[in-house]
Amino acid sequence: MSIKKVTQHPSQNEELIFDRSQTGRVGYSLPKLDVEETNIDEIIPEELRRDDDLEGVPEVSEVDVIRHFTRISTWNYSIDLGMYPLGSCTMKYNSRLNEKTARIAGFTGLHPLAPEQEAQGALELIYNLQEDLAEITGLPGVSLQPAAGAQGEMTGVMLIRAFLDKRDGEAAKDRRVMLIPDSAHGTNPASAAMAGFSVKTIKSTDEGITDLEHLKTLCEQGGIAGLMLTNPNTVGIFEKNIVEICEVIHDAGGLVYMDGANMNALVGVARPGDFGVDVIHLNLHKTFSTPHGGGGPGCGPCCCTAELEPFLPTPRIVKDGEKYKLDYNRPESIGRVKAFYGNFGMMIRALSYIYTHGDTGLKEATETAVLNARYLSHKLAEDFDKPFASDPMHEVIFSHKKQSRKGVHTLDIAKRLIDYGFHPMTIYFPLIVEGAMLIEPTESVGRQDLDAFVEAMKDINEEAQTNPQLVIDAPHSTRIGRLDEATAARKPVLRWKPDMDSMTKTA
Amino acid sequence: MRYIPNSPEERKEMLEIVGLESADELFRSIPSDVLLNRKLNITEPLAEPEVIGAMESLAARNTAATKPSFLGAGVYSHYSPTIVDHLIQRSEFFTSYTPYQPEISQGTLQYIFEFQTLVCQLTGMDVANASMYDGSTAMAEAFLMAQRITRKDKVVIAETVHPEYLQVAETYTQHGGLTIDTVHFDKETGRILDEDLTKLDDQTAAFVVQSPNFFGCVEDLQKLADKAHSVGALFIVVVTEAISFGLLKSPGACGADIVVAEGQSFGIPMSFGGPHLGLFACSEKYVRQMPGRLAGVAYDKNGKRGFVLTLATREQHIRRDKATSNICTNQGLIALAATIYMEAMGKKGLQEVAMQNAQKAAYAKKQIAAISGFEIPFSSPTFNEFVVRAPKNANEILEKLRTDKNIIGGLPLSWHYDDFQNDFLVCVTETNTKKQIDNLVEGLKAVS
Repeated sequence: MSIKKVTQHPSQNEELIFDRSQTGRVGYSLPKLDVEETNIDEIIPEELRRDDDLEGVPEVSEVDVIRHFTRISTWNYSIDLGMYPLGSCTMKYNSRLNEKTARIAGFTGLHPLAPEQEAQGALELIYNLQEDLAEITGLPGVSLQPAAGAQGEMTGVMLIRAFLDKRDGEAAKDRRVMLIPDSAHGTNPASAAMAGFSVKTIKSTDEGITDLEHLKTLCEQGGIAGLMLTNPNTVGIFEKNIVEICEVIHDAGGLVYMDGANMNALVGVARPGDFGVDVIHLNLHKTFSTPHGGGGPGCGPCCCTAELEPFLPTPRIVKDGEKYKLDYNRPESIGRVKAFYGNFGMMIRALSYIYTHGDTGLKEATETAVLNARYLSHKLAEDFDKPFASDPMHEVIFSHKKQSRKGVHTLDIAKRLIDYGFHPMTIYFPLIVEGAMLIEPTESVGRQDLDAFVEAMKDINEEAQTNPQLVIDAPHSTRIGRLDEATAARKPVLRWKPDMDSMTKTA
Repeated sequence: MRYIPNSPEERKEMLEIVGLESADELFRSIPSDVLLNRKLNITEPLAEPEVIGAMESLAARNTAATKPSFLGAGVYSHYSPTIVDHLIQRSEFFTSYTPYQPEISQGTLQYIFEFQTLVCQLTGMDVANASMYDGSTAMAEAFLMAQRITRKDKVVIAETVHPEYLQVAETYTQHGGLTIDTVHFDKETGRILDEDLTKLDDQTAAFVVQSPNFFGCVEDLQKLADKAHSVGALFIVVVTEAISFGLLKSPGACGADIVVAEGQSFGIPMSFGGPHLGLFACSEKYVRQMPGRLAGVAYDKNGKRGFVLTLATREQHIRRDKATSNICTNQGLIALAATIYMEAMGKKGLQEVAMQNAQKAAYAKKQIAAISGFEIPFSSPTFNEFVVRAPKNANEILEKLRTDKNIIGGLPLSWHYDDFQNDFLVCVTETNTKKQIDNLVEGLKAVS
């Protein structure tokens, strides 16, 4: 017997807040003004004041707000609900302890321009995290200022630019080529462009790693500023020639930037500094478990060799005897990449993560993350095309090759996974694998859930072979079906207006 | 390790299934000479109470966090309704990722759409993105956007824009062929110096003005917009104190083409400078040159309305080195906090809190101006911040106020502006009580 859907269920039909608004409702309380009032015209003349009465801003009660957000929250999938195997995103458990420590009043209430001697705890925390990240990466210069991975990348390539400009002087202008593998994340070329580099693309081999011969050929063409390399790379394979790759780039006069997006495969096992890497960014919101928060905030520390350290963003947080200080006197610095000192709230969470795991726990997490991916690789290899034979590290890539001949593509498999209660994997990335499905389970998934995921994937393959339309029409279980993204982009409606629905429906 | 579900026994079984004898064998593809082969030199694992203890003892050394303070300068102490921090801690919000799969991310996409709408309403602009890292990086991105739109390579910026914002813009633009020219301020009014507006010419991509400016002075945006447009430049308005939107004429109504702002005041803790929130809005005609994520309306095949990330062809994952920005996501959870704040405060709350800030600052300004030897050097209207000129070195006065009276009285202007050794910036918000203000006034009398 099928269960009839009750379509008017309030939690499934929550409107935009603007549609809830009723004149006179209030959702806040402020103490009464306790100073004698000045005529407002004497403070701000009328011509400088708003005259639109904040038109359109809603008026709702506290209960309205609570119900509104609680209802719409239930339309989201989340790590706490289940496996979220987005490759290259490292969706690991976000501990409540870290939320608690980040909310200690002595942290949240601290103004960034407070006198240094009254902010010693915050400066010490930043300093301690810098030291731990230096040890973890094997790169001694650390700046926690970048706000996210993309900004950490930009900082990293700007360090390379500043170093080359100083080393080569005028001749540096002939050294503006940044080599980037065809499998790289789109932020890499975008960040390189911001530092004034032009991009040349390195091919990948059939094994799924950087083509060393092609790399050498490109280096022989000259003008090499550096290489941006993700390792393990974006198909989840460790670049086994990494030491030689670094040597080739160094011999060509360039520097090596490593994208640390996949650092969850290496912490406590191997260090980029020991490979010959000059600079790396980390994603504290991946490897060090600070919450992804629906897309941010992140924190993208930049870690580099002693040689590059003078170029790091200003101010640096340094220790001077027993005191911690902000050091603004860095004449060779690339400058500031963000106001103040970075996303401090994320640093508290990351350091709490490191303290909780400790030396042994960090390695245990790495081993478990890699084992979980290896387990999925092993269990799914029969049903799904695995484009590369090498053992994967913390994530594994498949393609839709075995399903596409039935008309079922990666997008369909992803949508069908939703019906099985899982968040889909990363799809169509990297671009070098047609119909890519990049699966990163992380260490936060137990064996039962891994097995359930395997079962779901196998069932979907079975459906693709026998009843492909079922998969093509997925998802079937969600509040809303697949959305028409093409029309959304052609006729963008990017804000609410009172007549919005009538406008868009007739459009 | 309590965050790892699988027991050591389960892991051993799994190793056997994949054909390995030990966890070390998982890393065979890493050359053996670069394996660490030792423990990391960091702490051993700490138990939950030990982590809390370590963090609390660090926090206790941030003595400034609990003192009466009159610091502003881009980061503000404001009341945040209790529900803001509660709602953002729902698992569905804080443990989800960027809404790549719209069918199971409608909660996130809908609040982004509401956020974009609210930012448009407050700034008076047509479109707003899903947020940037913070106000400073939003401004830097606006420079690059203006350069793309106008294909001109000069930006003229007021000297009274937050100094750290300018530093960030210098970093972002240093390799893109953009030059930055500065307009000075009038030492009588604290506003932009009219005579310096001659620096605007037909080679100018954008004219960038902060209001209230770094000294707290409210600029005549309408006049400045007309000036910018008369030479064909875009007019970019920077706002570091978002609470001012509740009282001041919106930048959009004054003729702004792009508005960037710091949204920290909307329910987000100061947290020693981050994470904060960049607001970014512009005229509709420039939307395809805008950086950052955008949520828009879409329909499914049954005609049910939902939201998707849209206009992605501007972005790095598609356009790579030709993208409008390298930014990858938005400020997610912080944008959610600001959305909840704006909705809970609502029209009346945003107006009342802005009015209280203006009134309390006006009261403090009057009281301080009445102290013998003290004066208010700039004549322009101010919102919740203003500059005070002391009879002697401001650093010394503030230091004495801190040590003798336990009050953080503001920011010495010499922090950035060398010529103003006796001046300091005072910020008064709704969180400063009359008693605190009176104590500040008494304290200044006592230490000067």
